[in-house]
Amino acid sequence: MNIVVFVKRVPDTESKIRIQHQTNAIVEEGLNFVISPNDEYAVEEGLRLREAHGGKVTAVSVGGEEVLATLKKCLAMGADEAVLIKDDLKEAYDGLRLARIMAKAVQNRFADADLLLFGRMSVGADNAQIPAMAAELLGWPQATVVTKLVIEGRTAVAHREIEGAQENVAFALPAVVSAQKGLNEPRYETLKGIMAAKKKVIPVLTLAELGLTAEETAPQVQIRKMETPPPKAAGRILTGTPEETAKKLVELLRGEAKVI
Amino acid sequence: MILTFIEIRDGKIKKSSLEALSEAKRRADELGAAAAAVLVGPESAAVELQAHGASKVYLLENPQLDAYSAQGYAAALSEVVKATAPAAVFFAASAMGKDLAPRLAARLGVSMASDCTRIAVQNGALEFTRPIYAGKVLLTMGLKNRPALATLRPNVFPVAASAVDSEVVKIALNLPEGLVKGRVAEVLCETGGEIDVSEAEIIISGGRGLKAPESFTLLRELAVILPKAAVGASRAAVDSGWIGHGHQVGQTGKTVTPNLYLAFGVSGAIQHLAGMSSSKIIVAVNKDPEAPIFKVADYGIVGDLFQIIPALKDELRKIFAE
Repeated sequence: MNIVVFVKRVPDTESKIRIQHQTNAIVEEGLNFVISPNDEYAVEEGLRLREAHGGKVTAVSVGGEEVLATLKKCLAMGADEAVLIKDDLKEAYDGLRLARIMAKAVQNRFADADLLLFGRMSVGADNAQIPAMAAELLGWPQATVVTKLVIEGRTAVAHREIEGAQENVAFALPAVVSAQKGLNEPRYETLKGIMAAKKKVIPVLTLAELGLTAEETAPQVQIRKMETPPPKAAGRILTGTPEETAKKLVELLRGEAKVI
Repeated sequence: MILTFIEIRDGKIKKSSLEALSEAKRRADELGAAAAAVLVGPESAAVELQAHGASKVYLLENPQLDAYSAQGYAAALSEVVKATAPAAVFFAASAMGKDLAPRLAARLGVSMASDCTRIAVQNGALEFTRPIYAGKVLLTMGLKNRPALATLRPNVFPVAASAVDSEVVKIALNLPEGLVKGRVAEVLCETGGEIDVSEAEIIISGGRGLKAPESFTLLRELAVILPKAAVGASRAAVDSGWIGHGHQVGQTGKTVTPNLYLAFGVSGAIQHLAGMSSSKIIVAVNKDPEAPIFKVADYGIVGDLFQIIPALKDELRKIFAE
């Protein structure tokens, strides 16, 4: 089974995000960048499927040279190969633009792929658009926000999370799956894996080499403003015995806040 | 015209779809346009949509739509978009909306705005504001393409009744045979019909301070007393295996905006605050007066949650037993 896992480099979730207002971008200086947490579940699932069915796992990311570290991590976890698609445009918050690049890469370079794996959503742009978009551009079925995946031959069944329940989605390969927490427990890189990853060469593809035109990769999202949400006013601390504070709280929630 | 996709679950219109339709009606009024609704579902649903501002209700009919699939629904909706040329298409940012809207966007070749919390009209076009970095930043954006596609975060936009002259239009679609290569085979109610945190009006959340998985029973007892309440959890509680990940609130879990968020023993790590700080009213109960959760709390109690929860239960019972 040939599996392609798309990963993204994002600021870690403990980061405080500052805004560069002149350019409507976040300040990258001082941020610690990691592989998007949801993408780790995708990489892990790819590795487990390869262990069960044989085949190859290729990690792919779109971005500048700085993304090589994210791809090295995937290699250290056990991916067979990694490819960087070189894109110098800063975060454009435009899912379709990236989905077009990825779908084109699949058509031109990974035409034998049986499965594309993604994280449910990159932690940052928070779009959760690309898996479904890539599936549509390729004409493949999709299962998003998946917590269980079973593949038998050329068919698969996935559990996907919906509100207060789970859906069982049945689909044919090739297909697109996006991973949600609960799908698996991602492994740590081993020392051996890290050493092996260091030796691997990561090929770099340009957008032009993929046959993408400037028009196809022009962002359609117009960023108008980035702001931090207004800080909350200081709240009120209730004091007294547990009974007193509970009584006071219920009165306030009912009388003042009117939420119960 | 602004078209809103209406989601039907268990034969009923989802509240978040009515929220999206109500917002479509408000923005359409501002643009001097009409609001319309499109659904795969019973004709009986049309009455409620007409009462919420839909001047046209498009009912889609095709056997390939009997079971939900993003592939089939996107193909069907793209036919409606081609026939009606809306300026925008709105979806609730529900599990289905998030699965379907991007697929339709790609089919139409347009970019979209996910999980919007504010929509405005600027120079005759829609402008979308959406939280990014799980709410640490608000991004306001326009879309160059038409139609403009957006998903709207549940529990943010108010539902408003608005009766309009309206007609129901049935569309029998001609979808190619074998178009759909994957579909929903079954719905499993593993959570026993509990309300999901993304849809709850009240969330009762627990963190490391609960000390043991059994303590979540205390929170569930509160959730039973309070209407439309769900149990949430911090990443620490989920990673300790005390409760399923479906309950996790925060940057790697769900982003929520309930009317009331009650946090018990949640310290308030930045990635948790990002997921819940836009809740309308926040209550924090924590032993540690320095816990960051108090910075976003409207009401705080410094104390032992194991003493406060029983007292709170008694007080709430007095009200909700009435």
